[in-house]
Amino acid sequence: MEAVKVQDVSVNDLPWKLQYSSERCTMCGSCVAACTFNAIEAVMERRSVTVSTGHQPDPSQRHLAIPVIKQRAAVANACVGCGMCEKVCPNNAIKPVRNPDSRINYLNRSGGATVKRGGRNNLGNNERTLDKIVVGRISQMTDPALDSERHTFDILAPFGRVLLPHELPLTSDGNELTLSGHTPPVNWIYPVIFSDMSIGALSTRAWEAVAIATAYLNEKHKLPVRMSSGEGGMPIKLLRSEYLKYMILQIASGHFGWNRIVQAMPHMQADPAGILIKIGQGAKPGDGGLLPAAKVSKPVQSIRGVPKADLLSPPNHQGLYSIEESVQKMFMSMNAAFKFRVPVAIKCAASATSVSVYNNLLRDPYKICGGFFLDGIQGGTGAANEVSLDHTGHPVVSKTRECYLAAVKQGRQGQIPLWAGGGLGLTGNAAADAFKMICLGANGIFLGKILIQLCGCVGNELGRCNACNTGNCPAGICTQNPRLVKRLDIDKAAQNIVDYMLALDSELKKLMAPVGNSSLPVGRSDALVTTDRAIADKLAIQYVC
Amino acid sequence: MCRIGAIKSKVAFHPSLALHLMLPQQEGHDNSGFAMVMQDLEGVFANYKDKPLLSMACTQKGAALVEHFMETNNFTPVYEWIPRGVRQPGLDIKAMPYYIFRAYDYPEYYRTATPEAKAELLLDTRLALRVLLENEDQGYVYSFWPDVLTLKEIGDPRDIAVYFKLWDNTGELMAKNIVVQCRQNTNYEIVRYAAHPFFLQGYTLCANGENTFYTKNKEYQKPLHRGYIGFESDSQNFLYTLHYVLNVLKWPIKYYKHVITPLPFDEIAKRPDHRELTAIRQSLGHLEINGPNTIIAMLPDGRMVTCCDSKKLRPVVVGSDGTMIAISSEVCGLNQIMPGRNQEQDIYPNEREVVVITPDLEVERWKQ
Repeated sequence: MEAVKVQDVSVNDLPWKLQYSSERCTMCGSCVAACTFNAIEAVMERRSVTVSTGHQPDPSQRHLAIPVIKQRAAVANACVGCGMCEKVCPNNAIKPVRNPDSRINYLNRSGGATVKRGGRNNLGNNERTLDKIVVGRISQMTDPALDSERHTFDILAPFGRVLLPHELPLTSDGNELTLSGHTPPVNWIYPVIFSDMSIGALSTRAWEAVAIATAYLNEKHKLPVRMSSGEGGMPIKLLRSEYLKYMILQIASGHFGWNRIVQAMPHMQADPAGILIKIGQGAKPGDGGLLPAAKVSKPVQSIRGVPKADLLSPPNHQGLYSIEESVQKMFMSMNAAFKFRVPVAIKCAASATSVSVYNNLLRDPYKICGGFFLDGIQGGTGAANEVSLDHTGHPVVSKTRECYLAAVKQGRQGQIPLWAGGGLGLTGNAAADAFKMICLGANGIFLGKILIQLCGCVGNELGRCNACNTGNCPAGICTQNPRLVKRLDIDKAAQNIVDYMLALDSELKKLMAPVGNSSLPVGRSDALVTTDRAIADKLAIQYVC
Repeated sequence: MCRIGAIKSKVAFHPSLALHLMLPQQEGHDNSGFAMVMQDLEGVFANYKDKPLLSMACTQKGAALVEHFMETNNFTPVYEWIPRGVRQPGLDIKAMPYYIFRAYDYPEYYRTATPEAKAELLLDTRLALRVLLENEDQGYVYSFWPDVLTLKEIGDPRDIAVYFKLWDNTGELMAKNIVVQCRQNTNYEIVRYAAHPFFLQGYTLCANGENTFYTKNKEYQKPLHRGYIGFESDSQNFLYTLHYVLNVLKWPIKYYKHVITPLPFDEIAKRPDHRELTAIRQSLGHLEINGPNTIIAMLPDGRMVTCCDSKKLRPVVVGSDGTMIAISSEVCGLNQIMPGRNQEQDIYPNEREVVVITPDLEVERWKQ
């Protein structure tokens, strides 16, 4: 017998254990080929079999060596529970099972490095605030409900700075008003934005699937959904195409890819739908983006204009020291780049100070801030340090509400459109989340994670997979490995997103119908009720029991 | 559901006509109250058209408080008319001890002031009186404006009419314009201030229906103007929006409809004035109404306006016999007061239509 030390890692120490039945296994090798984490291997095992075949007990013993599939007992190759082996096994011979006795928290910091993981929060996954709120105002006898199948609805949200009525450059001749001056650009778009996920975080093909879905929703279904590029730019071909009008270009703190965007400007056929300056992200505030060198493939290098190296976006814009400067930055980027034709918004992590930032932006003297994107703790798709993912961040619901009410206090609600994201659609019901956030004061929401889920991501909030950082994404979504990327059926992924958005659109109407509204119920907090006293108090909505 | 109506006539008429307009519609309301605003007065107030007229209901102490306040603020009473209620048993009415309609002279230093300055003074005075009475719980002040009289009461409209002797045309109370409502007050607490028509600086408005955007309307309106207070009824928002669009922003009347029921974005895009309409829609999104409503309003210059919600979920009809035009929730009211009119010329405004009746009884109709 081999000598074993008590400190040695065993399979029982790992978060997932493989349940394997050698009797069912035909040793086809599919599971081993499918496992991108090298968590399993084909090995020989020695078996001894005792049989008695005659009428009288006459046991005979045979020793034989048989091939089996075995889980590796190594932290580096720990099974992540993605279930690819089970998916490909023709005989139901293998599946991962969660190991409640895992010691992984003690083991995986070996080497002194912090643990990195894909963007899923593993803590606090009990019932969410949004799930404790329901639409409680049902119109019946006083104000008729609208039949969502027959009525027309007007579902659009602003992206861009809105002026107060008395600030509009309108002149009256006693009968007609004429707009005589320049007003900040506002694009009216669908109240659900495909959140910023970069090519790099996503595989080029996954990103393309989202972009195709966006274009299809616009062109075919006339649903004006916009997609944010994420940090790192986008393909030149797209920059020079008509479809740029469906894209929101992101300036993130690393400024990756902006060189190419600037160079493409003279050749642009269409203005982008907007600019989003990412100040911070909700899933890992205080951490920048983290694209490991392993994921920096040739296309990523060329799009971002970088060598193959770890790419770290700083946690904020290094040249910014204040909110006022961020406004200046928006002013300059907009002025220089698109001659005030394109709205510029900023995205911050939800935080205890969000309201101060929003208050300050509302008083922006240049009327240039075209949106405030608040990103909550549940957001994020890319790699991050586990400790940041699990232990930093701020819920987005109450912060959005506070920002809205702060604007109400100043009589400036709706002036800088509020967009909220971070864990919206987490349970798969994005329409309900969107509707509730809008009633609480958001103008719209942005979705990220649910999109990759629709592409086929198998990760979940309970510690399954979440290996976006490794470059071994078994679904080919968060990897640049050409062999894995091919696993993603790009058309199917795009179709799933389109289908989901069409369903979401119907569901939004189904929610607008009972409260009797055909336009978005921004700030209609009276439509919501909750059975939770604390939520009622915090969000200033009705308490019911 | 409230039933609302308005009568505009070339010759002055008695409020009993307004009751005749409203009472056939009584199946549509719960008899919880009656209110009216009269404008362009004849009768006892005919000679005081340029004097601000205070309409209030109060206790004896309230009357003394108001008298003292007005005196210290240099308003001089010039004429008053106090109806003597018929206190007979069995009437469904929660009458206040006093109903006072009193015309005042402006303070001396205001007599040469601009109309705007006078309008501000009258508003501030009314707001101050309201606070004064409210703090002591001694009464209600409804309007303080030249040539405008407001009466509001909780109870059965018939009994209210008996109490105030509104059935008998004594010639004391006469007007050329009356906006009236028989009320159902169930949305919020039943208080006198919640009864329509609402009044602010010459703008009168009553509405029939429900304002589902009440909360967002209210949140937006509160800081817009010091006169936007109370919010005892979800319909009060429509008055404030009317006042805001016409009086504060000084926009033409047609934009009121664009503010409360903006066109859908795809329809705006097809219009030549899409830049203006888009700008208005996005800047005034919080004043939109989305509920089922019909609005009847009277402007300071005596014009009357009616329009509906964007889905036409509440009815309204306009009828005329040549010397008189009436707007009513239900046609049965018109049939009662103008049985001989040509019914084929009745107007049933649709969801995008605005009807304006000018002081010389011309009817303007236009599509939003």
